[in-house]
Amino acid sequence: MIDAPSSTWFTAAPHWQWYIILYFFLGGLAGGCYFLGTLIAIVGRAADMKLARLGFYIAFPLVLVCGFLLTIDLGRPERFWHMLIQRNTLLPMFKYWSPMSIGSWALAIFGLFTFISFVGALADEERRWPAFDRLGIPWERLRFTVPALLARMFEITGGIFGLYVAGYTGVLLAVTNRPIWSDTPLLGMLFVVSAASTSAALMILIATRRGWSMPGLRSLHRMDAWVIMLEVLVLIGVVVSLGSVARAWLNAWGALLLVVMVFGLIVPLALSWRARGRHALDLTTASALVLAGGFLLRVVIVLSAESV
Amino acid sequence: MAEPMGFYTDTTVCIGCKACEVACKEWNQLPSTNGGVNTMSGDSYDNTRRLDGIHWRHVKFIEQFSEDRTGGRWLLMSDVCKHCVQAGCLEVCPTGAIIRTEFDTVVIQSNTCNGCRDCIAACPFGVIDINPVSNTAQKCTLCYDRLQGGLEPACSKACPTKSIQFGTVKELRERAQRRVDQLHEVGEKRAYLYGADEKMLGGLNSFYLLVDKPETYGLPPDPKLPSRQLVPGTVATVLGAIMVGLAGIFSFRNRGSGEPAGATEDTSA
Repeated sequence: MIDAPSSTWFTAAPHWQWYIILYFFLGGLAGGCYFLGTLIAIVGRAADMKLARLGFYIAFPLVLVCGFLLTIDLGRPERFWHMLIQRNTLLPMFKYWSPMSIGSWALAIFGLFTFISFVGALADEERRWPAFDRLGIPWERLRFTVPALLARMFEITGGIFGLYVAGYTGVLLAVTNRPIWSDTPLLGMLFVVSAASTSAALMILIATRRGWSMPGLRSLHRMDAWVIMLEVLVLIGVVVSLGSVARAWLNAWGALLLVVMVFGLIVPLALSWRARGRHALDLTTASALVLAGGFLLRVVIVLSAESV
Repeated sequence: MAEPMGFYTDTTVCIGCKACEVACKEWNQLPSTNGGVNTMSGDSYDNTRRLDGIHWRHVKFIEQFSEDRTGGRWLLMSDVCKHCVQAGCLEVCPTGAIIRTEFDTVVIQSNTCNGCRDCIAACPFGVIDINPVSNTAQKCTLCYDRLQGGLEPACSKACPTKSIQFGTVKELRERAQRRVDQLHEVGEKRAYLYGADEKMLGGLNSFYLLVDKPETYGLPPDPKLPSRQLVPGTVATVLGAIMVGLAGIFSFRNRGSGEPAGATEDTSA
C-alpha cells in the first residue's frame, strides 16, 4: 500500500455484492421506466398511451423486488424499518446529508407513486381480472376519474422521484471512502443516464416482442440512441476523472468494462442506427445488449472496488 | 459534556505483546476467529490481520530490514478506531445507530444498527466491520461502559509499556508533543504525531506517534470525509437527469420528422 494512488486504498470493503448490484440495476429500471411512462403520457400521442402504461406496469413490481433485495441484504433484515423510523423515539429518521437515508425515503415514496400509477394504468385499460371479480367488491363503483392536469402533475412528481432512485445510488457509492467509488463525482450521472438507456431498451424490447407499432416507439428508440451516446461520454468522463486511480481497472474488471463499452453501448448504437426503428431483429438485439451492458456496468463498478 | 477523552499511542515503545488485543477481547466478550481454529497469516507475528467486527485492537508488525539483514528495525503499532472529531461513519449512518458520546468518542449502538454496512465503506481507516455474532457493524467503543463507570479502557490498562495511554485529549497532546521533542533531542528526527491536531478530520481523539510515513503503518496519508462528494456528486447527477429529460423531450417532439405523422411503421416482429 506504500504506492497507493489514493487514501481510499486504506479502507475496508462493505461486502455490497449481488443483491446490491441487482438493486442498482432493477432500481434504475423502475425509476427509468416510470420516468419514460410519464414522458410519453405528457408528450406522446393518444396511440402512445399503451407505451406509457407499459412504463407504469414495469415500475411497480420492480420497486417491490428492490425493497425485498435491500431488506435481505441487511445484516439484520428485521430492522429494515430503522432506515425510516428512529428505533427508540419512533420519530422519523432522516439525514439529508446521508444518501442512504434520503434514498430509503425516496424509494418508499416512489413505491407509493408506482403503486398508484400501476392501479391507474389498469383502470385506464379497463382490463378485467377474474380473480378480482370473484372477491365480490363492486370495483365499478370505486372507479373515479382524476382531472388530467392533476394526473400529469402526479406523474411528473413520481417521475422526478424515479430519476432520483435511478441516480442516487451512484452518489451513495461516491459518499464513502472506497477506491474508485469516492474517487469520482460522476457515478450518479453515469447511473441515471444508464438507467434511462436500459429502461428505454426494456420498453422497446417488450413492445417490439409484442408487435406494437405506435409512433412513440420510434421516438423512444431515437431517445435511446441519444442517451447511449451520452452514456459513452459520461463513461469516458468517469475514467478521466479517476486519474491515477483508474489503474485499479488495469485487470479483468477493466477488460469487462471495455466489453460493456463496445457490446453494451457502441454495438447497440450501430445496430439501432442501421435499423432506424424499422428492423425488429436488430432492435431486439440492440435492446438486449443495452440491458446486459447496463447490468455488467454495475457489476464492474461495485465488484472492482470491493476487490481492491 | 465531559472533557474529550482519547488514546495516545506511542509506537516507539510498543513491544508487540498483544496484551491490548487480549484485554479488549476479554472485556468486550468478542469471539475468537473461526471458532478458535485460526490459521497463521505468514505476515510476521501478525495473525490478527486487520481490525474488524471481532478485533477492535490490532497490533501491526512491520519488518524493515536491509537485504543482507545487517541493519533494520521493527515498527510495532497497536491500531484502533481513531474516534475522529469529524467521523465519516457517523456522517453516513442512516439509522442513527452511530452516536457521539459525552466523552467525544464515537460508538455504534448494536441494538439500533441494522447491518447496512454504509459505515464500513465510509470509514477512512477501514476500522469497522460486521460482527458475525450480532450481524451488526462493530468497532472499538473506547470502552464506553468502563468510562461511564470511571474506569480506563481495558487495552490501555493492560499495556505494560505505556505505548497506549488514555486521558483527556488535551493532556495527551501535550504529553505526546513532549515525547516528540525528547525523541528529536536524542537524534530520532523522524518522530512525529499523526492526527494530533485539527487538520486531520477535525482531530483524531485516538492519535499516534510514528517514525515513518503513515502508509508504512497502513494509515492513509490524507484521510477525508465521505461527504466531500455529496455536493459534486448530486450536482453531476442532477445534470445527468436534466440531459436525459432533454433527450426525451427532444426525441418525442422531433418525432416523424420527414415523414407524415402517424405513418405506418414496420416494427412488428
